[in-house]
Amino acid sequence: MNGGSVIIAHAPLFAVAVIFLLGLSILFFKRNLIKILMGITLIEAAINLFLVSTGYRMDAIAPIFTNAPEGAVMALPTVQALTLTSIVIGVASSAMMLSFVMLIYRHYKTTNVNRIRGMKG
Amino acid sequence: MMSTLQQHAPALLIAIPLFAAFSMPLVGKNPGFRKMWTIVLMTLTSLTGLMLACSVFRDGSIVYVFGAADASQALAEGSGFPIRIMFTIDAMSALMTIIIAILAFAVTLYSLAADGGHSGLEGFYSLLFLMVAGALGMVNTGDLFNFFVFLEVASLSGAALAAFRIDKGVAVEAGLKYALISGLGGLSVLVAIGLLYSQYNALNIAELAARIQFTRLDMIAFVLLAVPLAMKCGAVPMHFWTPDTYAAAPSSVTAFLVVTSQASLYALFRICFTLFGDPAAINIAVFGWFIVALGVLSMFVGVTMAIPQKDVKRLMAYHAISQTGYMLLGVGVGLAVLGNAKALGDYGMTSMSGGLFHIINHAIYKGLLFLTAGAVFYRIGTRNLNRMGGLGHTMPVTMICFIAGALAIAGIPPFNGFASKLLIYESVFAFNPFIAIVAMLVSILTLASFVKVFHSMFMGPRQPDHGEVREAPRPMVIGMALLAVLVILFGLIPTAVVESIIRPAAEALLDRAGYIATVLGGP
Repeated sequence: MNGGSVIIAHAPLFAVAVIFLLGLSILFFKRNLIKILMGITLIEAAINLFLVSTGYRMDAIAPIFTNAPEGAVMALPTVQALTLTSIVIGVASSAMMLSFVMLIYRHYKTTNVNRIRGMKG
Repeated sequence: MMSTLQQHAPALLIAIPLFAAFSMPLVGKNPGFRKMWTIVLMTLTSLTGLMLACSVFRDGSIVYVFGAADASQALAEGSGFPIRIMFTIDAMSALMTIIIAILAFAVTLYSLAADGGHSGLEGFYSLLFLMVAGALGMVNTGDLFNFFVFLEVASLSGAALAAFRIDKGVAVEAGLKYALISGLGGLSVLVAIGLLYSQYNALNIAELAARIQFTRLDMIAFVLLAVPLAMKCGAVPMHFWTPDTYAAAPSSVTAFLVVTSQASLYALFRICFTLFGDPAAINIAVFGWFIVALGVLSMFVGVTMAIPQKDVKRLMAYHAISQTGYMLLGVGVGLAVLGNAKALGDYGMTSMSGGLFHIINHAIYKGLLFLTAGAVFYRIGTRNLNRMGGLGHTMPVTMICFIAGALAIAGIPPFNGFASKLLIYESVFAFNPFIAIVAMLVSILTLASFVKVFHSMFMGPRQPDHGEVREAPRPMVIGMALLAVLVILFGLIPTAVVESIIRPAAEALLDRAGYIATVLGGP
């Protein structure tokens, strides 16, 4: 494997790192609750991409046994199933946290964490 | 009929609370019917849990394979590889199931009276059942990804319940804080699962334990698993969410949050002992000292932060952190001497029994204390200690329950906290005398703090503004009395409890090869 194909083979992991760091920096440097939740969603996306990329096998096909070509290599789709589950959980938690932010806005008329009383400490 | 039920008890353990959770919005509009439905289904869940635990203690570990006719199909045909999701219930899981079953039942009784005045109660009980299902799943599953799912189920419903009193801004903040923290923690667990899967192509805990090579990536995975789980059980220095969330949630929910924290504690121990606990391959003492250090820090910081608190529930939350320290210390000592058979026999085993015994004792007395605080709040509407006083005249049963809980948490004989703390003191003294002295000092500070709370809540003359206060409603009293009786019972017959359920659990936790063999077969 030469230098170029190593980079291509690891491209998903580079993407994971970039998206993850973006999410993390939002989490640390932004004060707006909506943006913080966006940061978490980005981290979640990075992790889902990471999971899917670990399941890739060169030249493998989906394990559907009917009409499968003779001697084909099939990939066990465990990580894809994991990713689907994790996406569903992510949607549920984002929805819940956004509704919390909505309620917080109703009480304090702000989504800035510095101006919300109990969030300190 | 009976044997079929017994055979499928592990599935029913999750199916009953899930059914209850999703049927509640449909049938729960009518308050009377909702109460009956809740109590019947919670009783069924608890009974299933207790029955299952009994059969594990009697006949040994159970493997329940979902989607297969029986446990002999645990491994996929021809490959010898566990492909299906399974529950692996050994004595340790059974112990945790007992704790959850007892506490869920008592707290539900209490909650029927305490939370009756709110609107949206069908949602409340849905979430309560979901949380029970999540906690039961966490302690019984034998599959790492399945564990992540149950962790998220328990976290999401816990966050929604913490924010249940949405008319108060603080409650919503506490819910959001809990959701953010557990969301990030869950993601970290997921990365660790990805790291392990990409190396070993397995998610089953036993299969992973059999194959693990202790590479550098595995160590990263260990940290990514251990840190969020320590955070979820409220260990210092990751404890900052605990007081906020525990204080803002309704008292019944706080008692449930204690249970889910302990399910996380179980998972931490399971990962340390079963997944990574091979003394031949790695230096296990480092892991043990990591847990011991967390424990000592939690014990000491928790109690010193508790002393100046004015809000009774914040105070109790800091004490919960401090008591979690004892469990981490007890089990951590066992982990630290895992490679040394002599030390393990001399004091490691006793120390682990003490730590595990403290889990069940803590769940009972801490649940009880939160419930008494909730009963007082229910009657006088404040959690501020400076505005209480003289309640001993009007709420005698609540006072007696509080005394039982407070003496138990301070480790005074003959209450249950004493029995487990004594096991921890004597074994930790053999391990490291200095740590044992810290543990005793923390216990004295705990007693001092609870004497203060007792005095400002119940002693003194009747307060004019609390003139109309009466004893708490009967279902609340029954829930509290049930736990108070258990506090005294476990304190009076500690040897019988330790011999029948605690020691088998400690042995199961140590028996890594046995756990692997239960699933994969072979010697």
